[in-house]
Amino acid sequence: MRAAVQDKQGAAVRLLPSLKGATGPLIGLIVLCLFLTFATDKFLSVRNFLNVLDQITVLGVMAVGMTFVILIGGIDLAVGSVMALAMMVLGYLHVVAGVPMWLAIPLALAAASLNGLIAGLLITRFNVPAFIATLAMMSITRGLANMVTDGQQIIGFPAWFNMMAIVRFGGFLTLTVAVMIVVFIVGLLYQRYRHGGRVLYAVGGNAEVARLAGIDVQRATVLVYVVCSFLAGLSGMVLAARLDSVQPSSGVSYELDAIAAVVIGGTSLSGGTGGIGGTIIGVLIIGVLRNGLNLLSVSPFMQQVIIGAVIVLAVTAETYRKRK
Amino acid sequence: MTPHSPILSLRRIRKSYGPIKVLHGIDLDIHPGEVVALLGENGAGKSTLSNIISGTVQPSAGEMTWLGRAYAPADPRAAMEEGIGMIHQELKLLPKLSIAENVFVGRYPMKAGRIDRKTMEDRARSGLHRLGLDISPDRLVDGLSTGKQQLIEIAKALTLNARLLILDEPTAALGAEETQLLFRQIERLKSEGVGIIYISHRLEEIRKIADRIVVMRDGAKVQEFESGDVPIRTIVEAMVGRSLERMFPTLPAPTDQVTLEVRNLSSPSNAFRDISFSVRRGEVFGIAGLMGAGRTELVRAISGADPISSGEVLLHGRPVTPRSPIDAIRNGIVLVPEDRKLQGVVLDHSIAENIGYANLGEISRSGWVSSRRIRQFAEECIKTFGVKGRGGQNAGELSGGNQQKVVLAKWLARKPQVVVLDEPTRGIDVGARSSIYDLIIDLAREGVAVIVVSSDLEEVLGVSSRILVMAQGKQAGILNREDANDVSVMELATI
Repeated sequence: MRAAVQDKQGAAVRLLPSLKGATGPLIGLIVLCLFLTFATDKFLSVRNFLNVLDQITVLGVMAVGMTFVILIGGIDLAVGSVMALAMMVLGYLHVVAGVPMWLAIPLALAAASLNGLIAGLLITRFNVPAFIATLAMMSITRGLANMVTDGQQIIGFPAWFNMMAIVRFGGFLTLTVAVMIVVFIVGLLYQRYRHGGRVLYAVGGNAEVARLAGIDVQRATVLVYVVCSFLAGLSGMVLAARLDSVQPSSGVSYELDAIAAVVIGGTSLSGGTGGIGGTIIGVLIIGVLRNGLNLLSVSPFMQQVIIGAVIVLAVTAETYRKRK
Repeated sequence: MTPHSPILSLRRIRKSYGPIKVLHGIDLDIHPGEVVALLGENGAGKSTLSNIISGTVQPSAGEMTWLGRAYAPADPRAAMEEGIGMIHQELKLLPKLSIAENVFVGRYPMKAGRIDRKTMEDRARSGLHRLGLDISPDRLVDGLSTGKQQLIEIAKALTLNARLLILDEPTAALGAEETQLLFRQIERLKSEGVGIIYISHRLEEIRKIADRIVVMRDGAKVQEFESGDVPIRTIVEAMVGRSLERMFPTLPAPTDQVTLEVRNLSSPSNAFRDISFSVRRGEVFGIAGLMGAGRTELVRAISGADPISSGEVLLHGRPVTPRSPIDAIRNGIVLVPEDRKLQGVVLDHSIAENIGYANLGEISRSGWVSSRRIRQFAEECIKTFGVKGRGGQNAGELSGGNQQKVVLAKWLARKPQVVVLDEPTRGIDVGARSSIYDLIIDLAREGVAVIVVSSDLEEVLGVSSRILVMAQGKQAGILNREDANDVSVMELATI
């Protein structure tokens, strides 16, 4: 027990080395912030910073799950749809069926996790490639989400739910931002200081080596997809609070944003290297970039082009650095 | 000696990478119709030298003469056009293309803007024929044995009218029969006047095939033998640069106590059938056999890595038939797998992490681990087992011998009862091998039951107190150390 406490303290002290491999993205983030500080007069302010945090909550929560998946060399294309399904389950249970929120939220999260369980079992037991398994789950869950209300949105959540995304406790944190920060910290600690987290690097580095080293690769894989879907569901709760409504068309192509954040953060798509630290930076880069481009009144279409270019830049820089 | 003048001459070839000198002024002549064996430990400079000849690497200084003219290929393609072909250790054939397409890839014969398939296949067929291969050139490469693929690589070089072939470890993945086939083709090429540079770690075959032996060490040519028939010990001594007092340490006497017992073990794929043996505490038990005899499948099954269809494994008389590696490891049966790079270590992760992966349960306290503690744990293992490297170094940067020690070290911290080593010294320097043998014997001394699988007959004979010989998946016999020699083992293996 004492060792555990010691490790937690150690975690805070060694946060910087834990970004090892993500120093490139970190420099990128700093350069971006410096540029925007001089290019606009609104960027450098507490209020704008809090805005950025609010805007990245959904992506941030989702990207943590995606990091674990990519770390083991997998991919999860279903997270956007799973998020929509979780939202629709929440809306249906609370607004239509009258289930209280304290029960409806866990049930919605359970529904989301179930998708990950199915994907994980398809991948491990039936050897379906992760890309295909989650592509199928993406289609299935999107369809199911639409079936709940025949494509209609649901409104009528209690007032406090929306307030979670609006009220800033201590003038600082909304509850949704707090959720994201907790997910970041738990994810970071798990990945670096838990047995189960270290195992993921072995699985992603070389699954056969991991298996022969006595690691339960199948169990770890299923668990990772369950966690990823759970976090997709959780990001759905965050989005529902922000929008004060749920609709089945939410989260289309969010999986690509999440993958982009993970990749910008330096986690390799082939697995085994990277981590949550880099992903947090990747999420911040996307958030700051979108915010800055809005402040600079860049058109949303141009923003897509720029974000694409940033992905290319981040990945080529990383490959180049590695080759040297 | 040879009536002809050399086809290739190297004079004072040097190569440095920055301040690191890898070749110090090599002189080498290759005559037509001659097989020159290029020997040396890993890092001796053999690959660099052959890469220079084949145009992959440019020398920093020195001259080459090819067929009487100055020769300085800019890239492998230029070398190939001059008639110098290199056949790499890793095959570079495209499995989903036909043999003919592979032979002519990148330089398809054209007619009227289209690929002239007929010419292509005819020329490929004559190339295959020249090597005594009776396969249709329109067959896909996919599914051909490694030996056949190797010959196709050679056919590819021959269609370029190669007059010099560089073969880098051509027999590393070949069985005895395929090796014989390759040797017959080498003889044929010799008679046609093709010069051959032959790189191999298998010294027995050098004696059969080489006309001349050139030994390199630390980037220099240290010795040249004007005949292939040199005692292996003499070659090894030249390679490692010191006289070897012993290759194999003395074996400890095993106890009478049986640690591991295997009863009527069979595999679902029929790779091995009805195998029974027992290994005593402190015994080194060897398993020999030809390529494809089922040795690897057998030991993988014992360590839970491959499935078992019937039979059982007992540890101290208790049934422990493993269903997964986790099962086996819990019971103290651990495997050092055949292919270090694909199964033993994660190459781009650090030594510490690699050791940690097998010991996370041990290192963690109620599920918490830190890099620092993994590192401490690993550094201790590294010290105990004499791995040359630091914990933070990537496993891929280590030499083969040290990688193998990392794989062993990660297990030995768990105090296993049975250690299974599959091809423990494959691709490892002759000099580094003896330290692996020392580790194996030390394990036996500490009371571990050790199983060693090896294609290297001398190795199995040298370290085992008993040898199980397998042939085509069946148990051909178990020989005691006194009765085991290369003849008795090969007799059983070729049943």
